[in-house]
Amino acid sequence: MAIIASVALLVTEYRSHRLDPLRATTSFLVDPLKYLVDLPTTLIEQTVDSVSSYTALKQENDRLRQEQFIDKTRLLKFDALEKENIHLRALLENSFKLGEQVLVAELLSINMAPYENIVVVNKGTRFGVHPKQPVLDANGVVGQVFRSLPLSSEIMLITDPNHAIPVQVNRNGLLTIAVGSGQLNKLNLPFLSNNADIRPGDLLITSGLGGTFPPGYPVGIVDDFTPMSDKPFANITATPKSMLDRNRELLIVWSDSTPIPLATPQASKEKATETHSDDQSAKSGVTQAPKEEQAGTVRDDKSAGSGFVREAPTGAQEGTARDE
Amino acid sequence: MYAKLPQGHKKGQLVMNDYHGFGRIILTIIVAMCLRIIPWPIAVAGINPDWVLLTLIYWTLAVPERVGVFHAWTVGLLTDALTGRLFGQYALAYSLVIYFCLILHKRLRQFPLPQQSVFIFLCLLLTQLLLFWLKNIQTPTQFHVSFWLPVVTGTLCWPLVYTALRFVRLARFTK
Repeated sequence: MAIIASVALLVTEYRSHRLDPLRATTSFLVDPLKYLVDLPTTLIEQTVDSVSSYTALKQENDRLRQEQFIDKTRLLKFDALEKENIHLRALLENSFKLGEQVLVAELLSINMAPYENIVVVNKGTRFGVHPKQPVLDANGVVGQVFRSLPLSSEIMLITDPNHAIPVQVNRNGLLTIAVGSGQLNKLNLPFLSNNADIRPGDLLITSGLGGTFPPGYPVGIVDDFTPMSDKPFANITATPKSMLDRNRELLIVWSDSTPIPLATPQASKEKATETHSDDQSAKSGVTQAPKEEQAGTVRDDKSAGSGFVREAPTGAQEGTARDE
Repeated sequence: MYAKLPQGHKKGQLVMNDYHGFGRIILTIIVAMCLRIIPWPIAVAGINPDWVLLTLIYWTLAVPERVGVFHAWTVGLLTDALTGRLFGQYALAYSLVIYFCLILHKRLRQFPLPQQSVFIFLCLLLTQLLLFWLKNIQTPTQFHVSFWLPVVTGTLCWPLVYTALRFVRLARFTK
């Protein structure tokens, strides 16, 4: 009986998503355990925070203020550059980034299974997290949401052996795929030929192909390139930019890109301003569509079909920040 | 209700023990599940034995009338949810192992600890083999030799688990 039941479960879940409600229910039973195991770490952190001296806090505060000042100065020209970028992309009939919404999630310090680079964070479907969402940290791409449960979600890191991420060499735009190696500090690039234009120190960024990861985020740095003369592909490894084994806070990203139609300069100007205001009210293609038809342009569905459904995460407001 | 029975009454004591028993079983399984997901250092994480299964086996041998294949299946399902496996992997493995334990429990109780450990070794090996096989069906992957290490450590941990759980079972917590 039990064997039949388990085999039935195995097959059903392998083939379809029909068991998701069951998983959600059992996760309600099991998730408290995850928080229980995480409790000591959290407690230690809180105690350290509360007993750390005034001077240390003051120093940290000063440092952060300085960093913020520098970052703000860097962002001064960002608005102007973004607008210029939108204009240029409109001329190329290309899509543009609508701005991303992020949710800060904290890692639960538990270990699900050895030999798998999967981590658990404390935000789940109750915050609108859904599978295939990209996850970043301050330095680069961390991974993607693998399974979202009501109270927690599992995130597959880019270094997991079952994970592959489409990347691009920042220097020359060479496209390839970075596959996880199972070690937290190593990525493999198995699909580049021996004469590929790539060298140690090259920055790899997400290419945006495949639709899961938004383009342009740093992934890793190439650290070894060994041509294999007897094989068709070279042996290339990279180090991830994000600190996969050190950070406790991650950013779960809702990203969305809307195509900008090719239009007359005047119309595109109008549109650019309009879409910008759209952007702020967080309604993307809806109000834009009639205008597009008027201008008689073709909608570029490549990026619209990338599989992202923008849902404003309910209850996540206090934890979100708009990044435009 | 059971507490009202006279203290010296043999049958009453037995019932009382059983009455307390189920809470203890659940508690030990919860502890085992916690041990399972504690963030051990990487060196230990690779050899972290299957505490949940060891606990289940102990309770099956000790009180086979209370813990059976159904319980094993349920616990297996929860372990699946806990460790993010496909539903049914651990449920299948646990119920199979517990089934064998139930059949052999009378004989196993008579064995001395080292001899029991041999049986435990086979049980853990069976579980790991099933998991290996199921995983290979999903995604053919290469496994390092260290994949089999938890079987060995689990066997070595069995005397420890046995003594600890025996203490938990027989301890009388007086109010």
